[in-house]
Amino acid sequence: MSVATETPVAGIADAHKAGDWLLIATAVLLCVWVLLPIYLLIVNALSSPDQVTAFPKRFFPSFDLGSLSFFINFAGVARALWNSVIVATLTMILAIGFGAPAGYALSRFDFPGKGTFRFLVLMTRAFPLPLLALPLAVMFIRTGLDDTAIGLALVHTTLALPFAVLITFSLFSCIPVELEEAAWTLGCTRWQAFRKVILPLALPGIAASAVFAFTISWNEVFAAAVLTIENRTLTAFLLQSLGESPLYLKFAGGAALVVPALIFIFAVRKYLFAMWGIANR
Amino acid sequence: MAEIAIKGVAKRFGGFTALHQVDLTIADQEFMVLLGASGCGKTTLLRIVAGLERPSQGEVWIGGRRVDHLPPRERGIAMVFQNYAVFPHLSVFENIAFGLRMKKLPQQEVERRVNRTAELMHIEQLLKRYSGQLSGGQRQRVAVARALAMEPDVILMDEPLSNLDALLRLEMRAELKGVLAASKTTTIYVTHDQVEAMSLADRIAVMHQGRIVQSASPVEVYRNPAARFVGSFIGNPPMNFIPATKAENGSWTVAGLTLSGPKSDKPRIEFAIRPEDVDAGGEGLRATVRVIEPLGPHTLVTCDVEGGLFRAILDSNASVQVGDDLRLAPKPDRIRWFDPETTNAL
Repeated sequence: MSVATETPVAGIADAHKAGDWLLIATAVLLCVWVLLPIYLLIVNALSSPDQVTAFPKRFFPSFDLGSLSFFINFAGVARALWNSVIVATLTMILAIGFGAPAGYALSRFDFPGKGTFRFLVLMTRAFPLPLLALPLAVMFIRTGLDDTAIGLALVHTTLALPFAVLITFSLFSCIPVELEEAAWTLGCTRWQAFRKVILPLALPGIAASAVFAFTISWNEVFAAAVLTIENRTLTAFLLQSLGESPLYLKFAGGAALVVPALIFIFAVRKYLFAMWGIANR
Repeated sequence: MAEIAIKGVAKRFGGFTALHQVDLTIADQEFMVLLGASGCGKTTLLRIVAGLERPSQGEVWIGGRRVDHLPPRERGIAMVFQNYAVFPHLSVFENIAFGLRMKKLPQQEVERRVNRTAELMHIEQLLKRYSGQLSGGQRQRVAVARALAMEPDVILMDEPLSNLDALLRLEMRAELKGVLAASKTTTIYVTHDQVEAMSLADRIAVMHQGRIVQSASPVEVYRNPAARFVGSFIGNPPMNFIPATKAENGSWTVAGLTLSGPKSDKPRIEFAIRPEDVDAGGEGLRATVRVIEPLGPHTLVTCDVEGGLFRAILDSNASVQVGDDLRLAPKPDRIRWFDPETTNAL
């Protein structure tokens, strides 16, 4: 009797336990998948050239800044870095300038084709950039936009815009429309209500979305490599010059690219979750 | 002086008609309650008066001025929302001052008005706090204070108490009534709670499926429902309805009882009576007791009359048993009759 009742319970407990282990194992595997390359990159960037090629590896870096400082002082790096900052800043301004109004419109108004529009916004991500790069390059050369920061920023804006729209859409959707209506009844025009009530509440999220657009541009390499020659961004510059460099310099360059992007994304992570409809409060 | 006149206002959302040709006049300083079940159009009507919704046709007049083409800020109204809509990024003081600052009043006047209304709503100790640090009841007080500080001609309230718990709702109800009476504004108050409507209103407009079925004083709405819906919606338990068939010389037979009733050429009409307007014993409606619920001051008895449910409120001393055959005598002056087709009172 007791055996008959206990067995299924024990079976369920076992199944739960196995499920727990599976979950933990998967989580660990995914963390290692993401974190191990970053760890290796940073360890090697902070090691001396000898240590990079040596075996076995040291677990902790020796904090030798030799390769990093060599990399920073390498001819053209400073200029490429400056180009990257300019292009990313332009991208950020354009993406928010176009994306935030679109996000606001999506969250507040019902218009025909709203669902289709949202879908199309996502669909733009499905276009492979290499397919567009050649015609774009031709067009840019004709219009004189090739090899300029604004030209590249326009391409990066296309990449960043869908995210800017979706993030700001979810941000504005989280702000009750009654707050705006209350402001209207208290004497505000539509614009005043937006500026005095909605904007202060949405500002942290908009800033986060801006940082995300910045990061997309910062990390983008293909369009940058195709569309710029003299005014290379850091990614394009590294792609070109580090291919032939020694290993320790590749690590230093990689770290210089990855670390700022990681810090940005980490700072705005909670708003990026909001993009997928998870509450951001 | 702010009389509100709603003239032939209709509202359609695509193929759905939320309001059919509504006419309603609200006198200066009157407390008008729009009462109805959810989806009856009461909130839509309020939002049209506020200017948050445009009517598909018809006119809205406030204080002798046509306002239906004006935005909310130019209508001389203030509104209290169901979920309070207290601005989370501003302190309580700045919330109450918000509308006054929009009017560009001098700082001294802003402070005077904020302090006065905060005192009125008993929130003067909360002025430095933010919405997140307030309870539901306190937020409600801030929302009302913010509306009152505007010293508007008209205050519009959209179910302001429905998010509060029962005890707090009772307390706020009495307080609102006092504060609004003292402020001498015209008020439109939307609710689905009939008790709230009865206790607050000078006049109740009962709405059903986008129409105003009756607008009259609370007692009138309760005693003389203009339509079957009003009788069945207002009152807890609601009115009882029993079919009546035509008898000799203009009288009607109702559950074994012959009563003189209205003239009608229809063979069947409906007899209606409130549960508290019947007495047990004597000449009355034939009823079989199904359920007995002693409620303290009185006893609620659910019976079977003519195959339908009938609720009667009897004295708690009445000795009735489940299965008893009762005679329930209706008070003659409280009997109402309805046309079963138009559902209007006869």
